[in-house]
Amino acid sequence: MRFIMKLEYDQDFRLFRYRSTFFWYLALLAASLIVPALLDNYFISLLNFIAIYSIASIGMMLLTGYTGQISLGHAAFLAIGSYTSAVLTTKGWPFLAALPLSGIFAALVGIVIGLPALRLSGLYLAIATMGFAFIVDEILVRWESLTRGNLGIYLSPPSIGPLTFGSEKSFYYLGLAILILTLLAAKNILRSPTGRAFIAIRDSEVAAQTMGVSLAKYKTMAFALSAFFTGIAGSLYAHKVTFINPESYTLLVSIELLVMIIIGGLGSLHGAIYGTAFVILLPQMIILTKDYLPGFLRDQTGLEAGLYGLMIILFILFEPLGLYGRWLKTKFYFETFPLYKKETFKKEKKFYKAERH
Amino acid sequence: MVPFLNELLQTLLSGIATGCIYGLVALGFVLIYKATEVVNFAQGELMMLGAFFAFSFITFLKLPYWTSFLFTVLLMGCLGMLLERVVLRPLIGEPVFAIVMVTIGVGIFCRSAVSMIPGWGTDTLGFRTPFGEKFFRPGELVISWEHLAIIILTTTLIFCLYCFFRFTRLGVAMRATSQNQLAAAYMGISVRRVFSLTWIISAAVAAFAGILLAPITFVHMNMGFIGLKAFPAAVLGGFGSIPGAIIGGLIIGITENFAGVYLPIGWKDVAAYIILILVLMIRPEGLFGIQEKKKV
Amino acid sequence: MSFFRTENLSISFGGLKALNRVSFEISQGEVFGIIGPNGGGKSTILNCISRFYDLQEGEIFFQNQEISRIGPHRVASLGIARTFQNIELFKNMTVMDNLLLGRHRHRKPGLFQEVIFSSGVRKQERKSREKAEEMIDFLDLQAYRDLRVAGLSYGLQKIVELGRALTMEPRLLLLDEPSSGMNMEEAEDLSFWIMDIKEELGITIILVEHNMSLISEVSDRVLGLNFGEGIAQGSPQEVMGNPEMIKAYLGEEGAAIKR
Repeated sequence: MRFIMKLEYDQDFRLFRYRSTFFWYLALLAASLIVPALLDNYFISLLNFIAIYSIASIGMMLLTGYTGQISLGHAAFLAIGSYTSAVLTTKGWPFLAALPLSGIFAALVGIVIGLPALRLSGLYLAIATMGFAFIVDEILVRWESLTRGNLGIYLSPPSIGPLTFGSEKSFYYLGLAILILTLLAAKNILRSPTGRAFIAIRDSEVAAQTMGVSLAKYKTMAFALSAFFTGIAGSLYAHKVTFINPESYTLLVSIELLVMIIIGGLGSLHGAIYGTAFVILLPQMIILTKDYLPGFLRDQTGLEAGLYGLMIILFILFEPLGLYGRWLKTKFYFETFPLYKKETFKKEKKFYKAERH
Repeated sequence: MVPFLNELLQTLLSGIATGCIYGLVALGFVLIYKATEVVNFAQGELMMLGAFFAFSFITFLKLPYWTSFLFTVLLMGCLGMLLERVVLRPLIGEPVFAIVMVTIGVGIFCRSAVSMIPGWGTDTLGFRTPFGEKFFRPGELVISWEHLAIIILTTTLIFCLYCFFRFTRLGVAMRATSQNQLAAAYMGISVRRVFSLTWIISAAVAAFAGILLAPITFVHMNMGFIGLKAFPAAVLGGFGSIPGAIIGGLIIGITENFAGVYLPIGWKDVAAYIILILVLMIRPEGLFGIQEKKKV
Repeated sequence: MSFFRTENLSISFGGLKALNRVSFEISQGEVFGIIGPNGGGKSTILNCISRFYDLQEGEIFFQNQEISRIGPHRVASLGIARTFQNIELFKNMTVMDNLLLGRHRHRKPGLFQEVIFSSGVRKQERKSREKAEEMIDFLDLQAYRDLRVAGLSYGLQKIVELGRALTMEPRLLLLDEPSSGMNMEEAEDLSFWIMDIKEELGITIILVEHNMSLISEVSDRVLGLNFGEGIAQGSPQEVMGNPEMIKAYLGEEGAAIKR
């Protein structure tokens, strides 16, 4: 086990806790810069989707993992981001302007949602956000003058000045850059009073108010921030796939985002990325192993969804801390080897609830 | 005049019939929620499974309609118990969020499992009912027997459930458990058994709804999405209220149908959710629910 | 005018009148105890001051400002802090993070500066941690600074909650049965801390308690409540010796025996 001698307050809130962490991340950055040269387009495309969805799931993580507000309708923000970017760029606006505006517009809608949502908690909030997403979906289909309804909109790949990011490789660097910026922004928020206020709201709304945290202000802020990042992801998504229509933003997509952060591990930014990678790579892994499966399973289109549902159930039953939790437990095992005790992470026996609240 | 009245009546009746289905699914939600504080997002899928099983009994095993009905309800009851044992029991005491996600996972799994089973798959299937294609014609009006049957059967079921909860020991035990689990345990009520029973009843009610719904929407793996409309119904009625669930369902069903006939396209699909948002903004505890405050 | 004052506080839950025209006044720098049997309304008063409940009748004045209708988070920004009977800590955070939340009302830079983690934010973080460290020293929590609160013992959690309230640098501190669940040692430490809070930190305290020796040791004045009504007000000895109060705690026969 490592101990840090803390001599300055800065050590508490630095980005990297140990010197070695900094070098590991530097190495990771270097590796991620070389990767496109080593892999073929298919894999780079996967990485691109991981980057895009990671930005959205970081947004979700801020709202659900850190502030404890459940949203079953985040696909709506993805859609708003995509459509804003689509409408703006097809009207001639540059991508560099459309991208942040997608985020901002999504954030504004997030505020509109956040305000009535203040009075709701947990379950009711989940249902309300679900309903909200359905309504947005319907608006996108019916407002044909703006969105061309079910016909969809065609977009061109993102371009900044003379550079166009049309190929997988070039898009990769754009996605990577925005992902890193998103991570930095999120990390900074989390080590500031606002981030602590978010976590306070998650852990005890009553105590948070006693500390002067205005639930209204911070819950709305959480929604807005979350929507902002998701909107940016939506814009990137739209320019990557170059064709969008309302069918890409169903309830299933909202659930997917939620699953990403749960499998990754609620309450950690690492988790957002791990979870996203897992959910996106799962279908690929299924395709790879399809050859080894018995005949009647092999040809099913439902196999992917079925395994997906199964994964959700298994993770919640057996690994509620998600992939990041599993990673921490593994690290802990090696750090305390050979004194590790199996019971360290045993779940304590829970009993029934005594009273309604 | 008469054609207009006919149309009005048809819309109303089919609205009530749809509302009954929503109400039944919402009832399932509310039963489980009252007993265990958990919302079962897979309720729609349970309804779908009920429809598929009934289809199989009627089409593959060639059993008569009412026998299939009975068998399906019993079978789904067992499935409900199985679900509770295997998936929900280990999660007692865990945060609500986790349990909700598990039910979502179960729902997704059921849908895809259904798409992979030979004979079911992704097709839209149907079966004959004793009421199909028959109409009741009082005077100049035309009323479909199908809708009437749904309304009558639902009312009967609700009446039976009411008697069960009010007058039988088991029913009272279940009500006690939903108020205060620990106190119920002290009174000698087996809380685990109550949980199992709640899920059995909920699944059976879902199956009931599925069988009734099948002739209208036909049997297919996406039937569960209709279950999503039951959420606004449950919220409208007040999530802890059983009569509320039914009344909420009826209101949503009727509103939806009228929107479909008299409003431009698209309004029918969002009617339920607009009502939902309005309710949550104006009166979150619904028509019959109680607002609860945390005690510090 | 007085530092803190309530007038005719009244609130009912369903048919039960939890508080019935309760009035009292507190001067700056004193320790004001509130005692009474369970269900008497003690915690209800605190919850009304914290604005978790809406009063049906009556007003509350803090430094001559009426606070009977403001939002709960505004109470904190005015300088009123509290602890809870059943601990309301942020269980998944460390002790230090819990204390840092006490500094929330002093924050200055806005969201944008936080996103880029400007030097203003850095300075504020250092200052916040400095203040939190002062509290850690005051309450001897050094060993637990970076531990998750959920893993601490009950008594320690209570102390952390006290620390969190103090980190706010409040002017008025509401303590809701702080000694419940504590052993003799911890309860004695508590009485020293309360005296230190009063004398060194100059904070006015409202103390709701069952522990009579603690009340007599630290309180300047006491209010006795029963069934939501103020029975007696005065020095600890006066209130605890009041025959009505004795009857409230011990019943008719018990009061007879005591005499």
